Amino acid sequence: MQEAIIKRAKELLADGSVNRVIGWKKGEFVYDITPAVFETAEEIDADFVYNELTSANVSKYLVKETKKDGKVLVFLKPCDTYSFNQLTKEHRINRENVYVIGIPGGPKLDVEKIKAKGITGILNITNDNGTLKIETLYGEETMPFADAVSTKCENCKSKKHVVFDELIGEDGDITDTNRFEMVEKLENMTSQERFDFWRDQLSKCIRCNACRNICPACTCEKCVFDNPDLGTDNKAAADSFEENMFHIIRAFHVAGRCTDCGECSRVCPQNIPLHLLNRKFIKDINSLYGEYQAGEDTTSRAPLTDYTFDDCEASIVHERGAE
Amino acid sequence: MLKISKDRITEIFNTVAESKSLYLPVNREDGQAEFKKYENGMVLSENLNTLRSAKDFFFPQTENLVDFKMEGKNIEVIDVREECEDFVIFGVRACDARSFTILDKVFLADPVDSYYKNRRDHGTIVTMACTRPSETCFCGSFGIDATEPEGDAVCYTDGSSYFFKANTEKGEAFINSVSSLLEDGDTAELEKVQAKTKEILAKLPLSNLSTDSFGGEKLNELFKSEKWAELSEACLGCGTCTFVCPTCQCYDIKDFNTGNGIKRFRCWDSCMYSDFTKMAHGNPRLSQVERFRQRFMHKLVYFPANNNGEFGCVGCGRCLSRCPVSMNIVKVMKALEEK
Ligand code: SF4
Ligand code: SF4
Ligand code: SF4
Ligand code: SF4
Ligand code: SF4
Repeated sequence: MQEAIIKRAKELLADGSVNRVIGWKKGEFVYDITPAVFETAEEIDADFVYNELTSANVSKYLVKETKKDGKVLVFLKPCDTYSFNQLTKEHRINRENVYVIGIPGGPKLDVEKIKAKGITGILNITNDNGTLKIETLYGEETMPFADAVSTKCENCKSKKHVVFDELIGEDGDITDTNRFEMVEKLENMTSQERFDFWRDQLSKCIRCNACRNICPACTCEKCVFDNPDLGTDNKAAADSFEENMFHIIRAFHVAGRCTDCGECSRVCPQNIPLHLLNRKFIKDINSLYGEYQAGEDTTSRAPLTDYTFDDCEASIVHERGAE
Repeated sequence: MLKISKDRITEIFNTVAESKSLYLPVNREDGQAEFKKYENGMVLSENLNTLRSAKDFFFPQTENLVDFKMEGKNIEVIDVREECEDFVIFGVRACDARSFTILDKVFLADPVDSYYKNRRDHGTIVTMACTRPSETCFCGSFGIDATEPEGDAVCYTDGSSYFFKANTEKGEAFINSVSSLLEDGDTAELEKVQAKTKEILAKLPLSNLSTDSFGGEKLNELFKSEKWAELSEACLGCGTCTFVCPTCQCYDIKDFNTGNGIKRFRCWDSCMYSDFTKMAHGNPRLSQVERFRQRFMHKLVYFPANNNGEFGCVGCGRCLSRCPVSMNIVKVMKALEEK
């Protein structure tokens, strides 16, 4: 796959269709891959990678990149195309300045899951038919590929690209992988148990902002939490509830716009399952305003910014909240 | 050397915890280690290092500095400082132990930060020699020997026992407080383990990372490098690297209005943020390129310039494994080195 992607990237650069390529750049180790903009075939040959460890969603970089001169080429996995559409819908991406090639997605690996098994000193990782062979400073280790799959790929919502100018590989279908299972478990808890669950998780937060800054739905020029002029800035968890406020407000701000891309949970250094907050909102929106998948298209009206006679009454939402 | 067999280490913990607060790395349910206040039954983590650094003990993420109470036209200033109680941190790695020396240079230089000094004076640091360095470790580049950590007292392991050595008076006091549990032990096996660890350290993928191209005298050349734009391109400005870093030391001081007074607190800040060192005209570093440059220039150029050549990084590797886009000090150093 990597070869086909590199070949096409170089062709489009050579014939002048695009003047930059957004992709993934290899790092010091096998797994520390950085999203990058490539300008020449030489750069691509030297550093471009696409494999089981390139899990970053690069669509948010287009907010910045499509403001520049010339067309940029981007490779999007199925899940990334939803983010792309959502950003286009919100007028954050200049669609004319980007050429989209859809590429097959995951399942991707999360190296942290390998390290959590006590496998450290990692020098190389290869996939041998579903078994990971991990070369380390302390000898070779093996583990099932399935046990190291990134959380965001465990509940893949779609193998279908919802937008592309061309495709490399086959397109897939929308998948049904029980992504609300854990949300239901949380719903079935008593409110005290649920409160304790979230307090426990969110109290780990160090307010590093990785979740917000990676999020394709968080593209405000100035986030309320960064604005000293507004008096709402909060740089750190100054009291024991403050980080909870941050997450509650962020979840509300992305409600109806979050595509469930899973990047927030992937990058959280404290492994907080942020995707569960967002999925709760998605599930509620589905049941209160009808099935809706953010990023599926660029034209439909979003449930929370639209009014229809079928909308549930505000009182119903209010009663549900009372419990 | 004085030692205790591995299965009896909790006796040490229990004895120490009788008279002082004891903190040690403990595994969470997700397999990550974090420093926790010891309670009976807790198990010392086998992980190489904690996810968050140990700087929190002396430089917490947030702390209250002073309170003001308003009544009519009077403002009462309330000093909230209290003498800190003695505490022990057990299991600090060599990299993190060096980070305290670096933080001392900032907080204990004139004018002394009394909040920091209070905690520093009352804390005893018991370090733990590393036996399983990871691929992200490069403490050696900063002259740190992972097998011979600094600290008030040092603990070494040969796999079946823990050995103790004191470096300071505080360390001696620590060992004395548990000496009834210790016995004299043979260090032959320990020496073998130490030698083996040294071999691993020498063949770590980053063991050749050199600091030769950095330091105060390289200021102009590095500041003006054209590489910064490309290096910072993917950076999200999230600040994760600065928050997990044991040597990042910047903070902000803010007033919180309580309705009838003010709580003045400080909290960690990050040079990666848009409102960092904001003045009347705004942030002097207009784009992420300058903010990103600041973090690495501080560690590799400005800090050594002001501290006799000592770098502001200890090679712990946290920013290598935590940056959401995998951009970090090693990549920066390697890129700047290539001319
Ligand atoms: S990424 Fe994790 S630790 Fe950082 S602000 Fe978000 S939830 Fe908190
Ligand atoms: S909130 Fe999380 S899952 Fe939703 S769009 Fe943002 S990063 Fe993706
Ligand atoms: S270097 Fe990485 S961790 Fe640091 S601010 Fe940039 S994206 Fe965040
Ligand atoms: S810059 Fe990175 S490697 Fe250096 S001390 Fe900070 S977190 Fe550790
Ligand atoms: S950087 Fe060095 S001292 Fe720190 S954990 Fe790794 S080997 Fe040990």
